[in-house]
Amino acid sequence: MTLTILLFAPLAIGLVCLAAPARAAGRIAVAGTLAVAAYTVALLVEFDASSGSLQFLVDETWIGELGISYKLALDGLNLILVLLTALLWLACTLWASMRSYDKPQLLFFHMLLAETAVLGALLAQDLALFVVFFDLMLVPFFFLTGIWGGARRVQATMKLVIYTLVGSLLMLTAAIATGVLSARGAPGLSFAFSDLAQRELSTSSQYWIFLFFAAAFLVKMPAFPLHGWMPDAYRTMPLPVLAVFSGVLSKVAAYGFLRICLPLFPDATTHFQTLILLVALASILYGSAMAFTTTEARLILGYSSVAQLGFITLGIFALNAEGAQGAILQSFNHGLVVAPAFFIVALLAERAGGSQDIRDMGGVALRAPALATLFLIVAFATLAMPGSANFAGEFLILLGVFETKMAIAIAASTGVVLASFYALRLFIGAMHNRTGPRVDSRELTPRDALVLVPLVLAIIAISLYPQFALQRSEPTIAGERAPAVLAAEPGSGP
Amino acid sequence: MTPLSAAEKIAGPAIDWAGLSPFIAVLGGALVVLLLGLSRSRAAREAAVPALSIAALALAAGLSVWQWGERKDLISGSLRLDELTLVLTLMFCIAGIAAILLSWRHVAPREAAHGEYHALLLTAIAGMIVLVAAQNLVTVFLGLELLSIPLYVLCATELRRASSLESGLKYLVVGSLGSATLLYGLALLYGATGSTDFGAIGRALGADELLGDPLLLTGIGLTIVGLGFKASVAPFHQWTPDVYEGAPTPVTAFMAVATKAAAFGVMLRLFHGPLLSASDDWAPALAALAAVTIIVGNVGALGQSSLKRLLAYSSVAQAGYMLAGVVVASRLGLQSTVFYLAVYLVMNLAAFAVIVARERDTPHGDDIASLNGLGASQPLLAWPMTIAMLALAGFPATAGFIGKFYLIDATVSGDYTWLGVLIVVGSMISLAYYLRVIAAIWMTPDEEVAPVPLPGADRPVLAGGSSEAAGLRGQGEVVAVAVVFGALTLILGIVPSPLFDVVRDAGAALGLL
Repeated sequence: MTLTILLFAPLAIGLVCLAAPARAAGRIAVAGTLAVAAYTVALLVEFDASSGSLQFLVDETWIGELGISYKLALDGLNLILVLLTALLWLACTLWASMRSYDKPQLLFFHMLLAETAVLGALLAQDLALFVVFFDLMLVPFFFLTGIWGGARRVQATMKLVIYTLVGSLLMLTAAIATGVLSARGAPGLSFAFSDLAQRELSTSSQYWIFLFFAAAFLVKMPAFPLHGWMPDAYRTMPLPVLAVFSGVLSKVAAYGFLRICLPLFPDATTHFQTLILLVALASILYGSAMAFTTTEARLILGYSSVAQLGFITLGIFALNAEGAQGAILQSFNHGLVVAPAFFIVALLAERAGGSQDIRDMGGVALRAPALATLFLIVAFATLAMPGSANFAGEFLILLGVFETKMAIAIAASTGVVLASFYALRLFIGAMHNRTGPRVDSRELTPRDALVLVPLVLAIIAISLYPQFALQRSEPTIAGERAPAVLAAEPGSGP
Repeated sequence: MTPLSAAEKIAGPAIDWAGLSPFIAVLGGALVVLLLGLSRSRAAREAAVPALSIAALALAAGLSVWQWGERKDLISGSLRLDELTLVLTLMFCIAGIAAILLSWRHVAPREAAHGEYHALLLTAIAGMIVLVAAQNLVTVFLGLELLSIPLYVLCATELRRASSLESGLKYLVVGSLGSATLLYGLALLYGATGSTDFGAIGRALGADELLGDPLLLTGIGLTIVGLGFKASVAPFHQWTPDVYEGAPTPVTAFMAVATKAAAFGVMLRLFHGPLLSASDDWAPALAALAAVTIIVGNVGALGQSSLKRLLAYSSVAQAGYMLAGVVVASRLGLQSTVFYLAVYLVMNLAAFAVIVARERDTPHGDDIASLNGLGASQPLLAWPMTIAMLALAGFPATAGFIGKFYLIDATVSGDYTWLGVLIVVGSMISLAYYLRVIAAIWMTPDEEVAPVPLPGADRPVLAGGSSEAAGLRGQGEVVAVAVVFGALTLILGIVPSPLFDVVRDAGAALGLL
């Protein structure tokens, strides 16, 4: 029941927003997401960090004929991401409520529907339920981008939806096949992760099913060859939407690998390990190179996300505990870093005559020292400065990969260096350098500080105490990933 | 010694009036409505006739619910009353009621005379009931003709619009070709098995020597083609876009959902009944047709700007999905097909209701442009259309998702995984056109803000002007249909269990594994 409240509270508030007058919608949404965030923190306090099992379990039959159960739970894999979701949604709703949008009721309804969908995908402990929420995530973002987006929004939206839904639909077939094929010789159809993990799936079926899932997740991330929708979508998405999209949705895809592919398809995971690692490596190098060359601030962050998600994937497919822990920590870090970075880009654009090109910015720091300080912290976190939680995350990931695939780890560590290039280039280009021709710098306003300062404080907090995330994920990872790790053992190791 | 009376000499078949009652209600309603349509009172013609038609359909639906759980042969085994018949009868009645509500103030019944229009609609429904209940090849053909002939006429009821007449004529010609092919197929089936009765055919095929007999194979092949015409299965679908576009929109809505349900109902009766043991013969052929249909329908819809043509091609694609369910000769296949038929009915009626409303409100007719800016101006129409399109594309939290889930489940279980993948590929293609409709509703502003007079409003009615233009803005019943079926699409996507229960009963009726 506790998790059902958490899951559907945003949707309920969204429906209230839909019925509310235009002026009140924003406030209702902020109050609602604040309540959701507070509730999440309460769950976090109650969460037993020493246990690796499912907590706050809800298990009901949803569609008995199809073997789909309504099964939700928190454990070490999703706890931190649920927290990230609640925090970023609060920040983005707050940001949106202080700016004027056309049809605000509809905007906040879609924002909150999206929160329910993301929470559902994270909490689901049933493969079919996961697919339902994973696909549902797309619907509100389709409307959010298509209605409130910038120039060429309809085309960008179409591209985004078709790319991601092609992946999602492949995943739907794969999910159904997983349930049906593994039910042969077992009592009845079931999609619950716990049942699927115990049932046998032939190696050849695992191969194609794994590839279908991987396609869905890699598109959503996006990873290097499947990122075609990303530039257009990032250019046009309204900013608060983009912040949650980049901050949270990509992590749901990474989480999907960890939750579904590794435990359920262990043979395929080891078989395709090198392939996915190479895709991740390509994403790191390509993303970093593009982030270093493009001049649009949004795209710098977009391509840096491609690179960061490459790191996260790398950690997951190291197929050991260090890699997985690093991946979870890094997912949290990246979400926490990229959202304020997008807000700062929006503030910079407001000060640079509406342009989001870093060539039009410059010299902003002179009159806005507080903004510059916040940005510097975010930039340092992005480039994984030693001392930041991102450093701990990337270190764990690389450590994990070093243990299994030395060559890939060495190539990937250049990505860490490249990150400092593009992060500092963005910072220097916007904040220092010669003042741009149309730049009219001014200090952070209190309402923007209200959004940015807590997020930056959260970055500092997790940097000081990354064990917060690591401790909670450790017991689960030790249990959950055991099959894949064991299967990986013979082929790897020194 | 008293001579026997005539009635006593000829022992007529025992007739189970209770079992026949839904059929009688529909046909009786048709007769009453036809007579009432001759009345001189305008109120009787324009209000009482539709109201009575709805009452007859509601009565038939009620009687079907009353008969639920009965399984018996009617009229010497020529008809079969079971849950499959009853669930399809319910669908026909619901589609009929929706069609009558949509045509309440439509131009078609006025031009064709209310009595005739509604009587034809009810007769078509009676034909559908006979078709899906048939237990005999002759009854199959009777039912098919009883359903088709009224529909040929209904397509042409907008007498002053050339495209409506064209639509009726085209449907007549192509439909007759389909009927003739089917009749040929049925005759060959009779020739091969020596009986027109389903039970006897099943036994003859069960004897096993017949399998692979060229006569039988030709018969099955021609039957598939004949029914393929009715269900708009590619490559026999070419009539569909033209007829759907030309026919009055309420009639199109009715044809799209009810005719499809009837055609698939008889396919299930035939292929999952007497022809079951020959499934090795027909399943690969149907699978190939399903594959072609999914691709042709979805690709065909891509370039359409007319909503009715778009939905016509979409209905072809959806027929392909359902055919994939028929291919799987198991109870799961049957259940998933019936489930999808119900879902398909709900989604399409919501969409067509919105088209009817916009045809009356804008000068764009059924062009996609008629939906521009609908999200801002009329949310009560925008939401049902959005939900219907998302459901047709198979988004979760709508009935369409569950329906597709069930179909893919059936295909994978029946070792037709490739067909399941093809359903998904079709859905991917379909996104391109369903999302275009949603983009028009929410993301394209309407250029003309001021209400525009309908085309032909300035011309006299007889000269081709629209008689609708005169103050028919009120359309509460159309909006109600859209909202009800839009809501149902959503509800069945979240709480599908009641529909699953109904479908499970229908699946049990045929005694499949």
